[in-house]
Amino acid sequence: MAEYAANGEMPEVLFWVGCAGSFDQRAQRITKAFAQILDKVGVKFAILGKEEMCTGDPARRAGNEFLFQMMAYNNIQTLNGYGIKKIVTACPHCFNIIGNEYPVLGGNYEVIHHTTFLQQIINDGRIRLKEGGVFKGKKITYHDSCYLGRGNNIYEAPREVLQALDVELVEMKRCRTNGMCCGAGGAQMFKEEEKGKTRVNYERSEEALDTGATIIAANCPFCTTMLTDGVKNKEKEDDVKVLDIAEMVAQSLAE
Amino acid sequence: MQLIQQILFIIISGISIYLFARKVGEIRRNIMLGRKEDLTDNPGQRWKNMALLALGQKKMFKRPVPAILHLFVYAGFIIINIEILEIILDGMSGQHRMFAPVLGGLYAILIGCFEILAVLVLLGCAIFLARRNLLKTPRLVQAELDGWPKNDANLILIMEIVLMTLFLSMNTADLVLQERGVEHYTQTDTFWITGMFTGLFSGLSNEALVGIERGGWWLHIVGVFIFMNYLPYSKHFHIIVSFPNAWYMRLKKQGEMKNMKEIQNEVLYMMEPDKAPTDATPAEQQRFGAKDVMDLSWKNLMDAYACTECGRCTAVCPANITGKKLSPRKIMMNTRDRLEEVGANINKNKEYVDDGKTLVHDYISVEELRACTTCQACVEACPVSIDPLNIIYQLRRSLIMEESNSPEEWNLMFGNIENNMAPWKFSPDERDKWAEEMS
Repeated sequence: MAEYAANGEMPEVLFWVGCAGSFDQRAQRITKAFAQILDKVGVKFAILGKEEMCTGDPARRAGNEFLFQMMAYNNIQTLNGYGIKKIVTACPHCFNIIGNEYPVLGGNYEVIHHTTFLQQIINDGRIRLKEGGVFKGKKITYHDSCYLGRGNNIYEAPREVLQALDVELVEMKRCRTNGMCCGAGGAQMFKEEEKGKTRVNYERSEEALDTGATIIAANCPFCTTMLTDGVKNKEKEDDVKVLDIAEMVAQSLAE
Repeated sequence: MQLIQQILFIIISGISIYLFARKVGEIRRNIMLGRKEDLTDNPGQRWKNMALLALGQKKMFKRPVPAILHLFVYAGFIIINIEILEIILDGMSGQHRMFAPVLGGLYAILIGCFEILAVLVLLGCAIFLARRNLLKTPRLVQAELDGWPKNDANLILIMEIVLMTLFLSMNTADLVLQERGVEHYTQTDTFWITGMFTGLFSGLSNEALVGIERGGWWLHIVGVFIFMNYLPYSKHFHIIVSFPNAWYMRLKKQGEMKNMKEIQNEVLYMMEPDKAPTDATPAEQQRFGAKDVMDLSWKNLMDAYACTECGRCTAVCPANITGKKLSPRKIMMNTRDRLEEVGANINKNKEYVDDGKTLVHDYISVEELRACTTCQACVEACPVSIDPLNIIYQLRRSLIMEESNSPEEWNLMFGNIENNMAPWKFSPDERDKWAEEMS
């Protein structure tokens, strides 16, 4: 972003990468896939790079409001400093917190989740997909993340992207408003689970495996990690892959 | 004799209405112990929510079988109450079925409709009893319901069954008395349901029938008064509170967590000291987050009174499903129990005297609060717009900010965010390393 600003230019959209997308090896692949799509279709985008900081989501959900407010303050200073208007992010937690919780703190931006963004550029004809792509006719199930689904009522955009890939979409019993959590939210990602009879991600992954799908499509780097672990637990990792929708689109781009 | 009945009736009505109003006033006072929160924006949407969610029971229909049974009981309850109006007026004036001459042929049809509803209520309550006690529907037999909550539920169902049975036997006896032309029993057309059962009572003497009719009438109306006064002590109070609760529900997106203005300002004044107010009169000492019920918003407290412990929230809670201690329903039950305890404390001492107890620790354990994934499934599931997550968030804030009570892993995560600007221990310089790898 600093380079754009130095040249006095404004990108079409700022790509908010998020901590998982920046540092987690698995999530970096999602970030790269999405950046590759943006490059391919010629969307002028920027990243904050080293100036991006954690949104404060895990701190706030855990109860550490003070730390959240510090992170939000700094991020809003940076974003407002560059005059950012439009943000796209591949993480529903970043999407929710910047879109819903930053405005009251003085951070007003149009925030779009990457699955909605992909659906829009597919509908606009900006993305050209391979005829008979790699996912055509494949049995795929879609996992609604809590913060995209219940949190923000986005259920259809990701499914429309999957339809555009000609997949055979099979729903889990608990989907859309009834979707079940992967177990990462509320800062659970950063600690051991409480004592129980099973893990949340095992329970959800088993439900996904029960559909007989060969791919579990996700829209969140944390869900992706949780579900991948759940699939491994059932020793199905050779037969069933957990992929972010951006990775699936990236693999289906026409040359 | 008639006059004594009239006077007795008026006295009983007066006492029960007074007692009910007093208890409701107490509950209102308890709710107002909560912190202020303005939830009156967008009244159009709020009326719509009340019409759809409370009156229309929209969310109940996510589970169709209990929804239909509940609809029987609900419709029966509301509509049969029109009959209560006549009963009350009869009771005070000493007349019998005073609406009958006014409504003419319509009267028997109306009573017929009430009777059909009464039968549906009977059916609904019987099946509900079976679900709780024989079929043992999982969400209705969980541990947090042991003891009083379970008895409360059964008691309400039995009370409804008794009330409906009294109503129906009263009408049956009435019809037989009408046939025999007994004085005082206003002639009406036959009633649809009880008209089929007059044979049961045909062998009885007039005196016995008057006994059944009067007994049924009295027990029915006294039962209604008892029921009314039982309500505010019971989970069944939801039949009243769910209406305002739907009206006052938060209209924001479910994913949005409420801001803490005082901490926002604290950070702002720290970063930009010139913005700090110079005439800083220290704000009244307020806890960060909520440790006890008084620290919660009044809406959280109203939520607690709106809860009828149906357990739809707990049935969809990922933590509960996987065997953790957390149950959103228990959060609501605990909040109400603690609030009632605080209310009793105030009744006794004129104002709240510290009893050394708090909602966190004494009612809700840290382990329960820690297990929440903030997935909002409980909020989505609640048919009467209760938000257990909102309470969990506030209790968590108190644990972290007031007690520094945090698992070691979270402390590491906080430290990483503070020092490395990410929840993991990575150097901030590597944040855009992925981009370098691409080019």
